[in-house]
Amino acid sequence: MQTNLKDFEKIVNSSLTTNVIKSEIKFNQLYIDINFKDIISTVLFLKTNDKCRFKQLIDITAVDFPNREKRFRVLYLFLSHENNLRTVVNTNLDENEIVPSITKIFSAANWMEREVFDMYGIKFKDHPDLRRILTDYGFDGYPLRKDFPLTGHYEVRYSEDKKKVISEPVKLEQEYRNFDFESPWDGTNYIKKETEKI
Amino acid sequence: MGKKKNINLNFGPQHPAAHGVLRLILELDGEIVENIDPHIGLLHRGTEKLIEHKTYAQAIPYFDRLDYVAPMNQEHAFALAVEKLLKIEVPIRGQFIRVMFCEIGRILSHLLNITTQALDVGALTPSLWGFEERETLMTFYERVSGSRLHANYFRPGGVHRDLPLGLTDDILKFCNSFPKIIDDLESLLTDNRIFKQRNVDIGIVTKQDALDFSFSGVMLRGSGVPWDLRKSQPYECYNDLNFKIPIGKNGDCYDRYLCRIEEMRESVKIIKDCINKMPTGPVKTIDGKITPPKKNELKNSMEALIHHFKLFSEGYRVPKGEIYTAVEAPKGEFGVYLISDGSNKPYKCKIRAPGFSHLQSMDYLLKGHMLADVPAVLGSLDIVFGEVDR
Repeated sequence: MQTNLKDFEKIVNSSLTTNVIKSEIKFNQLYIDINFKDIISTVLFLKTNDKCRFKQLIDITAVDFPNREKRFRVLYLFLSHENNLRTVVNTNLDENEIVPSITKIFSAANWMEREVFDMYGIKFKDHPDLRRILTDYGFDGYPLRKDFPLTGHYEVRYSEDKKKVISEPVKLEQEYRNFDFESPWDGTNYIKKETEKI
Repeated sequence: MGKKKNINLNFGPQHPAAHGVLRLILELDGEIVENIDPHIGLLHRGTEKLIEHKTYAQAIPYFDRLDYVAPMNQEHAFALAVEKLLKIEVPIRGQFIRVMFCEIGRILSHLLNITTQALDVGALTPSLWGFEERETLMTFYERVSGSRLHANYFRPGGVHRDLPLGLTDDILKFCNSFPKIIDDLESLLTDNRIFKQRNVDIGIVTKQDALDFSFSGVMLRGSGVPWDLRKSQPYECYNDLNFKIPIGKNGDCYDRYLCRIEEMRESVKIIKDCINKMPTGPVKTIDGKITPPKKNELKNSMEALIHHFKLFSEGYRVPKGEIYTAVEAPKGEFGVYLISDGSNKPYKCKIRAPGFSHLQSMDYLLKGHMLADVPAVLGSLDIVFGEVDR
């Protein structure tokens, strides 16, 4: 017997009573807001409960909201083949908080958590191997944070003098043009000019 | 006798069998693989960061560059996500054109994968035959979009423009001749003793592990899980088309190869079906706030000129909201998680690439296998680094 989305929302709310801060159906998917400390029990419930059967972790990602008190939102996307349902588990945390890793429940979480760590600097507790994954060896900073500039801080090139690849601070040949359409009278903000001021 | 010591071997980043820039650090006990540590990210271009700084229309070309073997399938996922947020409908002709090109993309991808997998285990001829067909398919891409690979043809709301005259006839001609090519490829590989020795019972994935490692596409179906987004969560006009989903039995490299062969045959059927059922009419939404005006209108209408200017400089604004949409790309579930803050640029665009989770399982798949099986398994995973590294 397949569970439909409305029933699923009821099941989640009745069984996970205290864990669920908010639940909402948007675009045919259930969004569940929880506290990050409850992540393990929630995910275990979603995976093992007979009515849910979310056997596949589709992705883990994060969003950066620099102006909020709790800066990051970590998202877990799940898929249930048996019920043909998708759900998104949301949790908010600030820069210093450490999320429990779900690698023990889903093996696939390993690289996904590494990616979130690499891109946002969010740490996962009990992760077996929390190294950077997509960025270069020796990379510094967290590129998908909103305060990380698009051009980055360092660029690499082959130096003919030293006969090796060297990395040096970014030098822009042309100013990065960021057209701001919100206020047509102020013109463009040039990153280069801003850096020269400092 | 001295103390036994394992060898650490570096495979790649430049290796013809690595299918791109993959660096594997293999720990070997003689010829047996003990441990694998894949190092990825050598092709990382920061696509997600770049998309956050571009308007919605400017973001589409980045999707061509993810899985550059089947570019339009990626564009499709993004276009669907934006359409859902904008709450616009794609005209039926547009839907059929999209599905047709997605299936062409599927054949493109599977042809490349099957033939290079054969190349990895020692058969040269299939790649020569397969690439000829890929060239024909890429001319279809070229005729419709102007470029062989980076098409930028799908737009939120439909496709860029209608099919040029005579293209459907040529695609039909291809559909009639292509099954013969698949037969030829099969006659080279399916019963080939060497190909079977290298692939049967290699890299077996059980149903349970396939789910646990979040496999999708052929990797999941090869292990006997009947799951295809085109059937189970149909998008566009897949509901109106007749096709079957091949399922594997043993979950080894050979079953995955067989699945891909069958999927190509089904794709040919879908393309034919699309051409037969395709109605006439508009190919993109007629909402003038999203679709740019026609070229000849620009010369006569002030309003069209203004709209054209605004759409190509500022772009359109997408209402606040967030959405996950996935399509069945040739390699598996390709998803886009899009968050809009109501401006003309995405606030966040997370790309879920199927190859990322597949590559992650290398250690699990190859533990205890021989060194020579590494390229065979890697080939059957169907890895393209554009999408893994993003």
